[in-house]
Amino acid sequence: MSAPAAVPVLQPASPLAAPITHLTVFTLALGLAVFLAVTGATLYFSWKYRHRGARSEPPQLFGNARDEVIWMVLAALLLTLLFALAWWTMNRADPHTGQDGRPDLIVTGHQWYWEASYPRGSNPEGQGVARTANEIHIPAGRRMLVQLQSADVIHDLWVPQLGRKLDAVPGQNGRLWLQADRPGRYLGACAEFCGAQHAWMRFTVIAEPEASYRAWLARQARPAAAATGPAAQGAALLVREGCGECHTVRGLGTHGTVGPDLTHFASRATFAGGALRRTPAQVRSWLQDPQRAKPGTRMPRYPLTQEQLTQLTTYLETLK
Amino acid sequence: MTASPTRTRTRLRGAASLLASTDHKVIGLLYLALGSLYFLIGGLEALVMRVQLAAPGNAVLTGETYNAFFTLHGTTMIFLAVMPMLLGFSNYLLPLQIGARDMAFPRLNAFGFWITALGGLLLYLSLLEGPPSAGWFAYAPLSERPFSMSLGTDFWAAALIFMGTGSTLTAINLIVTTLRYRAPGMGLWMMPMFSWMAFVNSVIIVFAMPALNAALVMLEVDRALGGHNFAHGGSALLWQHYFWFFGHPEVYIMILPAWGLISEVIPVYARKPIFGYEFVAGSTLAIAVLSFAVYAHHMFAVGLSRPVNLAFAASTMLIAIPTGIKVLNWVATLWRGSIRFETPMLYALAFLVQFTLGGVTGVSFAVLPIDWQVTDTYYVVAHFHYVLMGGTLFALLSGLHHYYPKMTGRLLGDTLGKAAFWLITLGFNGVFLVQHALGLMGMPRRVYTYPDLPGWGALNRVSTVSAFVMGAGLVLVLVNLVVSRQLGRVAGDNPWRAWTLEWATSSPPPAGNFTRLPPVKSRRPLWDLAHPEDPDHRRPARHDRTHGHIRPEEQEHPR
Repeated sequence: MSAPAAVPVLQPASPLAAPITHLTVFTLALGLAVFLAVTGATLYFSWKYRHRGARSEPPQLFGNARDEVIWMVLAALLLTLLFALAWWTMNRADPHTGQDGRPDLIVTGHQWYWEASYPRGSNPEGQGVARTANEIHIPAGRRMLVQLQSADVIHDLWVPQLGRKLDAVPGQNGRLWLQADRPGRYLGACAEFCGAQHAWMRFTVIAEPEASYRAWLARQARPAAAATGPAAQGAALLVREGCGECHTVRGLGTHGTVGPDLTHFASRATFAGGALRRTPAQVRSWLQDPQRAKPGTRMPRYPLTQEQLTQLTTYLETLK
Repeated sequence: MTASPTRTRTRLRGAASLLASTDHKVIGLLYLALGSLYFLIGGLEALVMRVQLAAPGNAVLTGETYNAFFTLHGTTMIFLAVMPMLLGFSNYLLPLQIGARDMAFPRLNAFGFWITALGGLLLYLSLLEGPPSAGWFAYAPLSERPFSMSLGTDFWAAALIFMGTGSTLTAINLIVTTLRYRAPGMGLWMMPMFSWMAFVNSVIIVFAMPALNAALVMLEVDRALGGHNFAHGGSALLWQHYFWFFGHPEVYIMILPAWGLISEVIPVYARKPIFGYEFVAGSTLAIAVLSFAVYAHHMFAVGLSRPVNLAFAASTMLIAIPTGIKVLNWVATLWRGSIRFETPMLYALAFLVQFTLGGVTGVSFAVLPIDWQVTDTYYVVAHFHYVLMGGTLFALLSGLHHYYPKMTGRLLGDTLGKAAFWLITLGFNGVFLVQHALGLMGMPRRVYTYPDLPGWGALNRVSTVSAFVMGAGLVLVLVNLVVSRQLGRVAGDNPWRAWTLEWATSSPPPAGNFTRLPPVKSRRPLWDLAHPEDPDHRRPARHDRTHGHIRPEEQEHPR
């Protein structure tokens, strides 16, 4: 897939983001013109009317009411134009979502990761709910209705290339559309300060062709495959150590909802809110001491032996 | 070597009289000293944060520590650096400018200062309990017990309640002083522009600060008594409504007196009266009213309904008009002047350019869909630092260089002053110009670190290096302030040949301020005194055919 956009706000990949980009470019150009006019006048007057040794005072001008009125009218006209454009753009960038329709996707902000859950109704295979974390898959070209909620404090879902940001407010269901024109990986981040690890509450929206999206969703909806060999020891350890208090592994009988769903952990490229890449080495070092890579994370440090670390890592790597 | 007992005793008595003083000039200087001290602390906090952000993945500060740093930096700069410095100027200058002997309530004035200082102490005592780390606007429920366990947040709230009370009392004092103690002959619309703005500013303070104090008490009810205002079934957004109802007027509280200083400086060094006094003063009133009507533009991303969003976008655009009028009038004051590039004027010109940039990016937030993209990113960090640092701080430095001779009797060193100016200007723009780009590149604010995405590290490095350049400039200002106290050229009463009453008395002014007041018949009593052949009050009336005070020979387009 392509490299991330350098200036995502100005490189939209969605019909919801493109109008905002156009408005941003127009407004910044207009602002630059105003800025250059004021700066130009300041510098020109400073140079032209600099003191050249005259002993008398310059003419004492007190003002001009006509000029003031002209300035005010001009400013009002410019701002009226901007207001009209803003309104027009709002309707295109954030179309009405309604309050009743069933969402295609429920995104929940947690301290400090994003949970994405795909409700039963939108699952073409009808195989039950799929839940994932920090990597949100959507079908390219299809407009998804997202319900946005929070499990604790206020977070904010922001994918600059795909359009507006929206706060996830506890006790309130936000709604917005999510759409990508073309397949690709779009970087997102939590944009509302939410505590110690606000910095590592990043995520990726992965847009893929409809067929591969459906295949992905079907895979995600399946429970985890039964583990064999050393991985089976890891699975037993996961249950015994109480990881299930916070994490769900469907098929293993753990149902925690505080931490990310691990059922298909190994299908994701990164973890810990973007702080780490999902390689055996980084998974192992995370399990050994989560607080080192992400100080303040809600995941506690467990006293695990080297052998146990290997077993757990091996098991997690099988959760494709 | 030790000081002789007599000298020690004199010094102690000097310190004691400082602590007990009710003279508005002493209190004004105490405010300025308090503000400078905390500006130093807040500035050092900023430098440490810039070091942490200099490269992706740095680990100088992590998570909670970084969050405590920016919480303290924001709170310190707003409540303990900028506000005290502005109130210091108001305290020092307003009675002098309107020809009063002191403030209306001198002891209340001292109380207001000391309670503010106590608030500052409380804020930093929180370090003993674990500093606050929920950000300066402490959004619920992050600021509530379950998510901010340490007592630091309670210290923070208590500190703000003290400081808010001090500011409110001082504002009441300034309002009464303005209304009751003006020199004979000085109407409200004849006051020097700084006094006018400080007066209107006090009115905003009186309405805004109590709103903050009320919200803080509600937060404490939640935190200490297990209430349900903003969490546990209460509304998280309610806090934001209350907070920004204070918080947006606060932005104007931090800029109005700065505009006042600029409105004093530019005319004096351009050798002309301010262009369009009525419009500059009147637009201030418009801003005072509108500042309470725009607050929800801080909440465009929370998902308010479409009509509410549109209403606040409209009011926010509206407030850009009176602000723009001021800028244009300052530029017009330069027109056909005779401009002296003294250090205060350099700061004022830099203010004009930088404040305009901050204003222009401010308008882009009023254009609602743009706010949906760039709010809570480094674009907004750049924007408000252009307004509050490129604007307010530059105005404060301009005012400081302009009024130092009045306060001390000596001029600040010129070479040192100009060297500092260029370092600060270069450094400031280096720090914050690139942050506009970082915002558009997707960097959220308030992150202690960031991934190594293309360009992010390089721009952050530019920002960090420039911060140290600016720091060096500010150290030079400090050196200049100290050194010039002994070595500066003696200033005399009116070194800049200015026209308002504070320059009619000695430098520094005596207790009671004036031995004799010149007659006040116009806005520029000292001009009238120096030009008996052409006094302002003999000029054509305001609404004559020539559009205001202009003699036929001075028209820009002679008929």
